[in-house]
Amino acid sequence: MRRAPWIPICIISTMIVMAVFAPLLAPWSPIDQTLPDKLLPPFWLDGGSTKYLLGTDAFGRDILSRLIYGARVSLIVAVLALTAGGGAGLVIGIVAGYLGGAVDNLLMRLVDAAFTFPAILFALLLAVTMGQGLSTLIIAISLLLWASFARVIRGEVLALKQRDFVALAQVRGCSSPRIMLTHILPNVLNTFMVLVTLNIGVVVIAEASLSFLGAGIPPPTPTWGLMISEGRGRIADAWWVSIIPGIAITLLVLSVNLFGDWLRDRMDPRLRQL
Amino acid sequence: MTRYIVHRLLQGVVLLCMVAMIVFFLGRLTGNPVDLMLPEDATAEDRVAMIKALGLDGPLYQQFFIFVGKALHGDLGDSIRMREPAVDAFFSRLPNTLALIPWAILLAMGVGIPLGVLASLNRGNMIDRIAGIFAVLGIAIPGFFLGILLIFVFSVQLGWLPSGRMGGPEHYVLPVITLGAFLIAGFMRLVRSSMLEVMDSEYVKLARIKGLSEFVVIWKHCLRNALIPVLTLWGVFVGNLITGAIITETVFAWPGIGRLTYEAVIYRDFPLLQAVIILKSMLILSINLAVDILYAYVDPRIRLA
Amino acid sequence: MSDETVLEVRDLHTHFFLRRGVVKAVDGVSFSVRRGEVLGLVGESGCGKSMTALSVMRLLPRGGARTVSGQVLLNGADLLTKSPREMRDIRGQTISMILQDPQTSLNPVFTIGDQLREAIVRRTGGNRSDVMREAVAALRHVDIAAPEQRIGQYPHQLSGGMKQRVVGAIAMSGHPEMLIADEPTTALDVTIQLQYLKLLKRLQRETGMAILFITHDFGVVARMCDRVAVMYAGRIVECGPVREVFEHPSHPYTQALIASVPKMTGTVERLYTIEGQPPSLMDLPVGCRFAPRCPHADERCLDTYPDSFLAGPGHTADCWRLA
Repeated sequence: MRRAPWIPICIISTMIVMAVFAPLLAPWSPIDQTLPDKLLPPFWLDGGSTKYLLGTDAFGRDILSRLIYGARVSLIVAVLALTAGGGAGLVIGIVAGYLGGAVDNLLMRLVDAAFTFPAILFALLLAVTMGQGLSTLIIAISLLLWASFARVIRGEVLALKQRDFVALAQVRGCSSPRIMLTHILPNVLNTFMVLVTLNIGVVVIAEASLSFLGAGIPPPTPTWGLMISEGRGRIADAWWVSIIPGIAITLLVLSVNLFGDWLRDRMDPRLRQL
Repeated sequence: MTRYIVHRLLQGVVLLCMVAMIVFFLGRLTGNPVDLMLPEDATAEDRVAMIKALGLDGPLYQQFFIFVGKALHGDLGDSIRMREPAVDAFFSRLPNTLALIPWAILLAMGVGIPLGVLASLNRGNMIDRIAGIFAVLGIAIPGFFLGILLIFVFSVQLGWLPSGRMGGPEHYVLPVITLGAFLIAGFMRLVRSSMLEVMDSEYVKLARIKGLSEFVVIWKHCLRNALIPVLTLWGVFVGNLITGAIITETVFAWPGIGRLTYEAVIYRDFPLLQAVIILKSMLILSINLAVDILYAYVDPRIRLA
Repeated sequence: MSDETVLEVRDLHTHFFLRRGVVKAVDGVSFSVRRGEVLGLVGESGCGKSMTALSVMRLLPRGGARTVSGQVLLNGADLLTKSPREMRDIRGQTISMILQDPQTSLNPVFTIGDQLREAIVRRTGGNRSDVMREAVAALRHVDIAAPEQRIGQYPHQLSGGMKQRVVGAIAMSGHPEMLIADEPTTALDVTIQLQYLKLLKRLQRETGMAILFITHDFGVVARMCDRVAVMYAGRIVECGPVREVFEHPSHPYTQALIASVPKMTGTVERLYTIEGQPPSLMDLPVGCRFAPRCPHADERCLDTYPDSFLAGPGHTADCWRLA
């Protein structure tokens, strides 16, 4: 058995604490502009001060505070998108796997199609037609997630269907919805949780990418993707504006991926292919 | 073989129709598509003309047929910002993207496949671990951040390479690395795991029983089989490339179809975005078809079935 | 048949070093095969037959398997001390092997001609048309009809029996003096099995090569082999000429095995089965490995592993009852 990945767990916990207690932890407002203090470097560089530990951006906003509030946005988006997209995939996977036949065929064709066309394109389209915002973003990221959930869950259900307790329930005359809910669903929840963990990184990167492309949550709400995007033009004289949130994203994604790998091996080594 | 290709072609057409339907209905989801399709300074006459041209006073299915009919004639509407047919804008930018993508694929294959093979041959030791760290990092760094990081290091700090725009060969280095990075990690992981599987197979044992050299066993007998899963996942990789191109071209101000997509989004140029999505879908489907044919060539079980 | 020994294995130990412990798959195996002789190696699945074969070929699976001691003498030279390069020159040329499952032992992405030619080129070096001619001849030799057409086909286009004949042709294309056949008919249909055995027997007579024939089926041993070695839990417990062993099985395990072969006498008898399970190869008993299941076992059997005792002409068995 591999040892628990303590460093990733610490990083993830820190980010969650930052997200939950953002108003208490952030030294400054993440939105209010203090133009005289614009583009101050982090405290360890010349010209930096402990007033703004990680420096300020072009509007004089504290990077640290924006980073802390940005964690909150990432967390909210991750929770909502994984519930919506993952949940849809879970339901579709169970229905397709259990019912089989034409329903399965049709749903799996849809899954294949979803894998062929990058969901980002439709996410961009949504942002233009529906307008930017949290709900648009959640729908867009759900579109990105559901197919991979549905495919894996369906595989699990196909295996479960062969098991005796399902046959027994059928013999007893349980209805299909009832069997799916009481016999199949509890048995795929482990796999579902592993999938959720493994996809947190996907969601965080998708959210940041959409923000970067101008299709995420609109400014001035601080999101990490937006912060990187805003600092991009000033990379030559104020690198910290975009590099610091970039490092935060990379660290978080790295941590959740390592944690997810460990969790998968622990819960179910058969899922190694994921 | 011909039947197989025709089958895939038909599948592609069906998928394309689905994309067209989604794009069409999303455009009408939020009420009046005229607002989406006309510039803000459009006159009342413009509006009437557009309503007539798109049949917006008729029922929805009729509108859809008009949309498809125009699309079949290569008319996907005019870009609001550029005031030219969206299709023309797409095709004038396409070559710039196509100049980038092959190098990214080449880089990803040239680095990812040998690295995957090396990692599988050295399972569990240092080389495998280092390759593993690269793969994990390659997946964790968002593409746009990698691009910015590369600009910061190689353009700003070291001053070795230009930070954007098209130009001589030196302009290609950073965008190609950015676009290829995600694929490298994917290729490496996939090749490693499928090599490990193949290396335990009986036919590899038989190849060794024949007394073949280790080089032939690994690079001929193992790799050819290990590449089959890489090809089956090609569709996903193509999708990654198209998405990656949007981000890469945005970071490096590269005037291709990716940058065009970004511009369509930030300028809320719906007709352009609609055209770009449909044309990109066609592009993806054609590449996938080409790969399917290649796949059939590599795996005779498909070719001769 | 001469008395010259082609392959001699002396006190071979091959272990799997796993995290859970050491699996002693081959634990002190000795036998020898004379030129032109067919030696049967029988035993239940999991007793170490295949691992013995792979140790001889030096093709143990990756991941912890290692030959820890012993000698494998091929024409007097120890294979275990050869460099990987020398070993490659020996494999396929002096010693070769047929694997169990024809469905998986051919590479699915190359034509059978390709795979056959690779083997032939190693021996002859020769030019294209010579190699081609030889490949066709090799296929014809293993009774494949229309070899000119078959040569351009892929494994999935051939039946199981045909694939196994191709595997045979590949294994024998280097004209080896010694062939190891690891349950070559187990995966085939019953009707095809007999054909394949006949083919193998014919080729053995024609070429005079020696065969180590691994099987779990005593009926096949009777049909194919000159001598037989019975393996139990990583060791050979009895060895001798086939007739002699059949008529006077001397180890209780061999007796039980022979008793459990259904007889075609028309009378319906109860099949004899052996009580209990073979011991775990990770935790072997100190004494005779069969003692826990043996009806005759006494104190001594549980304490000390028996020596090999002579049970008849050229016939030995590891059992204290013969002392």
